[in-house]
Amino acid sequence: MTAEQSGADILIAALCDLGVDVIFGYPGGAVLPIYDAIFKQKRIKHILVRHEQAATHAAEGYARSTGKPGVVLVTSGPGATNAVTGITDALMDSIPMVVITGQVATHLIGSDAFQEADTVGITRHCTKHNYLVKSPDALGDIIHEAFHIATSGRPGPVVIDIPKDVQVATARYRKPGPINHKSYRPQIKPDISLIEAAVEMIAAAERPILYTGGGIINSGPGAAQILRELARITGAPVTSTLMGLGAYPASGEAWLGMLGMHGTYEANWAMNQADLIVCLGARFDDRITGRLDAFSPKSKKIHFDIDRSSINKTVRVDLAVVGDVGRAMEDMVKIWKSRQHQKADLSAWWQRIDEWRAKKSLSFPESKTEIMPQAAVRALWAATHKKNPIITTEVGQHQMWAAQHFDFESPNKWLTSGGLGTMGYGLPAAIGAQLGNPNTLVIDIAGEASIQMNIQELATARQYRLPVKIFILNNEYMGMVRQWQELTYSSRYSESYSDNLPDFVKLGEAYGWKGIRIEHPDDLASGIKAMLDHDGPVIVDCMVAKLANCFPMIPSGASHVEMMLGDDKVSGEMSDEAKALV
Amino acid sequence: MHIRTAPSERHTLSVTVTNEPGILARIAGMFSARGYNIESLTVADISDDDMISRITIVTTGTPAVIEQVVAQLDRLVPVHKVTDLTVLGDHVERELALVKVAGVGDQRIEALRLADVFRANVVDTTILSFVFEVTGNSIKIDRFIELMSEIGLVEVARAGVVAMARGKEAV
Repeated sequence: MTAEQSGADILIAALCDLGVDVIFGYPGGAVLPIYDAIFKQKRIKHILVRHEQAATHAAEGYARSTGKPGVVLVTSGPGATNAVTGITDALMDSIPMVVITGQVATHLIGSDAFQEADTVGITRHCTKHNYLVKSPDALGDIIHEAFHIATSGRPGPVVIDIPKDVQVATARYRKPGPINHKSYRPQIKPDISLIEAAVEMIAAAERPILYTGGGIINSGPGAAQILRELARITGAPVTSTLMGLGAYPASGEAWLGMLGMHGTYEANWAMNQADLIVCLGARFDDRITGRLDAFSPKSKKIHFDIDRSSINKTVRVDLAVVGDVGRAMEDMVKIWKSRQHQKADLSAWWQRIDEWRAKKSLSFPESKTEIMPQAAVRALWAATHKKNPIITTEVGQHQMWAAQHFDFESPNKWLTSGGLGTMGYGLPAAIGAQLGNPNTLVIDIAGEASIQMNIQELATARQYRLPVKIFILNNEYMGMVRQWQELTYSSRYSESYSDNLPDFVKLGEAYGWKGIRIEHPDDLASGIKAMLDHDGPVIVDCMVAKLANCFPMIPSGASHVEMMLGDDKVSGEMSDEAKALV
Repeated sequence: MHIRTAPSERHTLSVTVTNEPGILARIAGMFSARGYNIESLTVADISDDDMISRITIVTTGTPAVIEQVVAQLDRLVPVHKVTDLTVLGDHVERELALVKVAGVGDQRIEALRLADVFRANVVDTTILSFVFEVTGNSIKIDRFIELMSEIGLVEVARAGVVAMARGKEAV
């Protein structure tokens, strides 16, 4: 029989047993016993962030880039509420994360004690599951169960709220065996008869398209490999959501680029004209479908998803396969081969795709006097892609330009806030990714507005000597807001100008970063080189064309075939129906 | 611009869950978070070890919404099984109500006569009032209350719907 130990020590022991090597956190009154336990051990590295929201995004960046769950430790009350944005972000983007929150002692719960908040109540609907631990006896098992739930099935955030007295009180801890949960049994293995049906539908299709998403990234690097094989043997074109970029290489011949609101002309037209859509680990999000009643009207649809509730949520499908998308694709490839299906003659389909490609929808006006933001992203790609860097972003125009113009060849290299669209995600996510990948180049492609939302994390990167690079596309506007105001509100720029900006070079220097400003197209390449040459964190303030807009674009309320291209007239007013859409 | 609403249908769901703190909040909260309707919700422990509760939910929505309600319930970690009894087919639904009626003279006689028709029991009485206990499907109880309101309805308490599929199988 092992000796009794404190709840705080049980927590550390369980985390060690689960292979946790880094925690992102911020101390406070209700977690002092846990911080004392951290002080007394050496196995887990604690990263002190400067704001709890950043801890959650850093954990997301760590998780997304390594495939391991991110772990967060914050105090009660404001510590927990500050973490809510990142927890919600992880839920929307299916990121495995375990958040440990301190809580006031059990006898004080409900008394409006100092720094008390109803953390399990507040996080009930932004977590995959959450726990309030009432006794140290239950703590060990709950921590193991929480990791199981966070990482299995459709991954997501799990909160464990631990009252301070439970951290201090003692109990015995024993590493539990394999978890056999009473009610939580995600379906991993797909039904093989459905896979067979899917294979026959693909083999019979004349205009198929593989519509891939973040589920493939979550399924692991093997899933990205098998996707390439599936695309090769079927000859079908491949498009991807924002979250799925990198699963199929941008240099691959079947690649159509991203689809959806800011997707390519060829990807969206192919979705519209296809006779078969094979949705692999994506969820028919509203950024993807555009106007629902006009979404891909002529196609049959197969949906592979590990989460049954994603099926038929917005788009009715003809065949639904619940299970891990990597395993499903593996089974499909096997059955395709065993049935000796040959690649169908899709030349007529590809010919149409080539016609759409000829539109060159990602082209943008060149300028000799101003840095075009798209050109800046392409220059960044040209200078860094051989290093296979990890790119994070904030949210807005720069994010879409990065998605469009930075070509990804492998999974886990693209970290962005897709579902929730959280400004301030990129810098902490880059910090988390750099910790998980110490020898990889990590760049946060940012906007001047978003970067200010977690700018305090410059200190965190410096403290832990993380050579993160921030590349700000500075157009002095909340550009996406301004773009929508042009499209929808006759260019009435209500509060979208980034006034009173700091000097980002001096700001970086104040935090011990190197600061670089790039103002002219001629200095772009040298500025990027200077950023890469510096062995340490660098913030680049790249002044770009102020009024450039992000195209192509499917305006809200429009269908895939109503895309706006770069040379379309922009400013105008929209109907109330369109104004009501996000 | 006007906001459109779609026609909806009524479904009765049976949900078995692990008995744990917050489970009801988790379920009710999911309904409100996703904009689903709850017409009635009943819950009670059904196990001999206090571990499993059975929740009966009557909800309304379009067929697509009902399908989502079932899937969203099913993905909650403490939920064991969700059965859409309306889809499953034939099932029985029962509800219990306590109905207080006040009156004198003929009103009392008529109340008792109606109660007899509805097989309602008198569970409390004073010179001026009765409390009836009536069970049946929701339509029968609606009807009973409607009739009593013409006599002297004072107060109603309804337990909500419990339901079970017909036949020998468990859900």
